[in-house]
Amino acid sequence: MVVLLVLGIGFELTRQSMLSIQKFGFNFWRTEVWDPVAGDFGALPFIWGTLYSSILALLLAAPIALGIAIFISELCPNWLKQPLVFLTELLAAIPSIVYGLWGMFVLVPAVRALENSTPDALRQLPLFSGPGIGVGMLSAALILAVMIVPFTSSVAREVLKAVPAAQREGAYALGATRFEAIRAAVFFARTGIVGAVMLGFGRALGETMAVTMVIGNNPRISASLFAPQHTMAAVIANEFTEADTALYLDALVEIGLVLFVITLVINGLSRLLIWSMARSGTGSRAAAAASPAESAA
Amino acid sequence: MSWTRWRKLLSALFVGFCGLSVLLVLVPLALVLFFLVKEGIQAVNLDFFTHMPTPVGEPGGGMANAIVGTLMMSGLAAVMAVPIGVLSGIYMSEYAGTRFASLVRFAADTLNGVPSIVIGVFAYSVAVLPFKQFSALAGGFALGVMMIPIIARTTEELLLLVPGAMREGALALGATHARAVFSVVVPAALPGIITGVVLALARIAGETAPLLFTALNNRFFSTRLTQPISSLTVQVYTYATGPYADWHRQAWAGALVLVSIVLVCSLLARLATRRLERMHARG
Repeated sequence: MVVLLVLGIGFELTRQSMLSIQKFGFNFWRTEVWDPVAGDFGALPFIWGTLYSSILALLLAAPIALGIAIFISELCPNWLKQPLVFLTELLAAIPSIVYGLWGMFVLVPAVRALENSTPDALRQLPLFSGPGIGVGMLSAALILAVMIVPFTSSVAREVLKAVPAAQREGAYALGATRFEAIRAAVFFARTGIVGAVMLGFGRALGETMAVTMVIGNNPRISASLFAPQHTMAAVIANEFTEADTALYLDALVEIGLVLFVITLVINGLSRLLIWSMARSGTGSRAAAAASPAESAA
Repeated sequence: MSWTRWRKLLSALFVGFCGLSVLLVLVPLALVLFFLVKEGIQAVNLDFFTHMPTPVGEPGGGMANAIVGTLMMSGLAAVMAVPIGVLSGIYMSEYAGTRFASLVRFAADTLNGVPSIVIGVFAYSVAVLPFKQFSALAGGFALGVMMIPIIARTTEELLLLVPGAMREGALALGATHARAVFSVVVPAALPGIITGVVLALARIAGETAPLLFTALNNRFFSTRLTQPISSLTVQVYTYATGPYADWHRQAWAGALVLVSIVLVCSLLARLATRRLERMHARG
C-alpha cells in the first residue's frame, strides 16, 4: 500500500503535467521567462531559487547541526542530554507556518535593518546588490537553516551513537585530545554524517510555507542575497489556485513532479548512506545484542 | 607555541564551538516562542474559540470555524492513515529482513521525505480534479497521505521493542502466527502505537501546504465533507499575508493556539513513552 502510494504520486504527477511536458520539453528547464498571461513558462528561476536558498541554508546549518550533535553525544554531562534533545526536537515540532509568521514580522525587519546598514562599498558587489527590503534570499536561507538544524543534528546524533566506544577509547589511550578523539569518531561515521546533511538538504528543498512568506516571490534569477527571489515549492503554493489555463496548471504540476523526483533521489541517497553506516558500525554490536535473546529462547 | 599546547588549544576551541552552536540554536527557539506568546496572548480569549471571523475592519471575532476544520480534517486523516500505517508497520516488523519489507520501509521513508506541497498537488489531482470541487475530504486525504509513513515507522519500531519471548511464548502455546501477532504482540505495544498516532496528529495538524488547494478555505462555518473548509494553518497564512493589523493579531493568536496544541500533544506523548520504556525496563 505504501509502495503503491509512492508510485501513484509519481504516476499522477506525470499524467497531470503531460500538456506542459509536451509543449515545452526540455526548454521548460532552460528558459527563465515566467509569463502566465502569454502562456510562456520557463522554470529556471525557481530551480535557481530552490537550489540557492537550500545550499545557503545548508552551509549555515550543517556546521551548527554537527556541533550540536557532537555536543550532545560526546561532550555534555548526562543530566543535560535529555533537556537538550527535547529542545532541539521542539524546534522541529513547530509548524512551518509559524516559522513563516515569525519570519515575516520579526526576522524580515531585522534583516532589513541589517541590509540597510551594510556599507555602500559592499553594496556594489553583486552578492549584496538590490534594494534592502528585508524579504529575499537572506531571510529565506536563515529561516531554512533554523528549520533543518534539528533534522540534521538528530540523525547525526544517532549516527555518532553507532560508533563503537572502542574507537574513542583507542584514540584517548594513544594520548589524543578531545578534538582528536572526536575527529576519529566523526571520521568513522563520515558516510552517515553525509547522509544526515543530505537529509537536511532534502527538507530544505521541499520547504514551502516559511520560505514563501519571506523570500519575496519574484521569479528573477539573481546572485544577490538581498534580492527577492522564488522557489519551486513557493510558486506552487502561490499560483496553484490562480492557474486559469490548463497549460498553466500543468506547468505548475510539472514543477511539483521535478521537486518530487529531486527529493526522492536526495532522500534515497541519504537513507542508503545512513543505512550502510549503521550496518557497518553496529554490525558487531547488533549481533551481540541479538544473540542473548536467541539463547534465552 | 609547542605542539602539545597547540593541540590543547585547538581542542578547547572545538569544544567551545560545539557549545556555541547549541546556544545559537536555542536563540531562535527562544525568540520564536517569545514573540508567539507576546503577540498571540493579546488576541486569544474565549471569543477566539467560539466566534466566527468578523468582516474586515470590525475588531474581535475568532476562528471557531478554522478550529473545527482542523479537528475534522485531522480526524479524517487518522481514519485513513491509522489502519494502513499500523498494518504496514506490523508487516515491516513481522517480516523484517525480507526483501519486500525493506522495500516497504524504503517507500515509507521516501514518502516521509516528499515535500508536503507535492503531496498537496497529488491530492489535488486525485481528490479534487475528478470531482471539480475543493473539499474537506480532499484535505483529509492529503493529510492522511502524510500521516501514513509516520505511523508505519513508529509502529514498526515499537513492535520490535516487544520482547521476543512474548511472541515465542504465544507460538509455543500453539497460536498461529496471526494470532500471536494480534493478540499478544500488538496489545503489548498498543500504548506506544497510540502515542505514535498522537504525535503524527500533532505534526499534520500544523501542515499548511497540502491544504492550500485541497480543502481551500472557507469564511463560514462548515462541517460538510464535500465543501471547502477552513483550517487553523491556512487561516493563519491568509491573515498573516493580508494587509490589516487586526488580521495580523488574529494570525499570531492562531499560531499560538496551533503551537500549544502541538506542544501539548508532544509532551503527553513523551511522558507516555517514558513510562512505557520504564515498564519495559522493569519487565
